[in-house]
Amino acid sequence: MKVIIPTALRPYAGKQESVSFDARTVGEALSRLTTQYAELRKHLYTDDGKIRSFVNVYVNDDDIRYLQKENTQIKDGDTISIVPSIAGG
Amino acid sequence: MLYLSDELAVRIRTHAAESYPHECCGAVLGSDSGSWREVLDLFPLVNRRDDSPRNRFVITPEDFRAAEQTARKGGLEVIGWYHSHPDHPARPSEYDREHAWPWYSYVIASVMQHLPKDMKSWRLKDDRTEFDEEEMEITPFGTINGGRVNAGEGDHPDRASALRGQARKR
Ligand SMILES: [Zn+2]
Repeated sequence: MKVIIPTALRPYAGKQESVSFDARTVGEALSRLTTQYAELRKHLYTDDGKIRSFVNVYVNDDDIRYLQKENTQIKDGDTISIVPSIAGG
Repeated sequence: MLYLSDELAVRIRTHAAESYPHECCGAVLGSDSGSWREVLDLFPLVNRRDDSPRNRFVITPEDFRAAEQTARKGGLEVIGWYHSHPDHPARPSEYDREHAWPWYSYVIASVMQHLPKDMKSWRLKDDRTEFDEEEMEITPFGTINGGRVNAGEGDHPDRASALRGQARKR
């Protein structure tokens, strides 16, 4: 399975558009991703280790908030996309 | 450095003034050379924060994807996002910083009592602690388009030579 990296985070992921891993859950995939590219971590997670509210994670076309969140199972050939929400005030 | 044409600057300010007292928002489309950026189009969006549109804005993942698709169709990329600050200066708020993404140019247009005022661009620092102001130049002349230089030589010596450098690299 592969993780699609949004443009804004590519500078922290070796400028790659996507990275492939073997992982069984979304949480495991993101954990591998942020272990390999530690600089990504602070942009994806809050200081207490939760996925930031403006970071949306999809497995294929489904938002993991409506699946089993980080425990969502993934299988070979699945694509995980990290899609930003842009917010401010 | 962010280059922006007069015409596109007016479009952002107009969107900001028309949305007053609410915040407006939209995508900034263009190209990024690595050392400087050029805005070539805008993709105005609807502020989805119906609950608090005077001091908040949000661009949903669906809108985000639409902006990226539109950019790609035009051979551009989303290089940033603009929003307005009704009755506040063109400086990012703490809320802006908490929600910001790195890499993007965040263009903020201030509107005071219906009238467009300052417009500034900001980039989040790698460590997320604050924004740096990104130098912005509003230019009266043309733009690079699909790698072709439309600006007349001599219009702007620094930029013309930067563009020539870019052309040589291709
Ligand atoms: Zn703001």
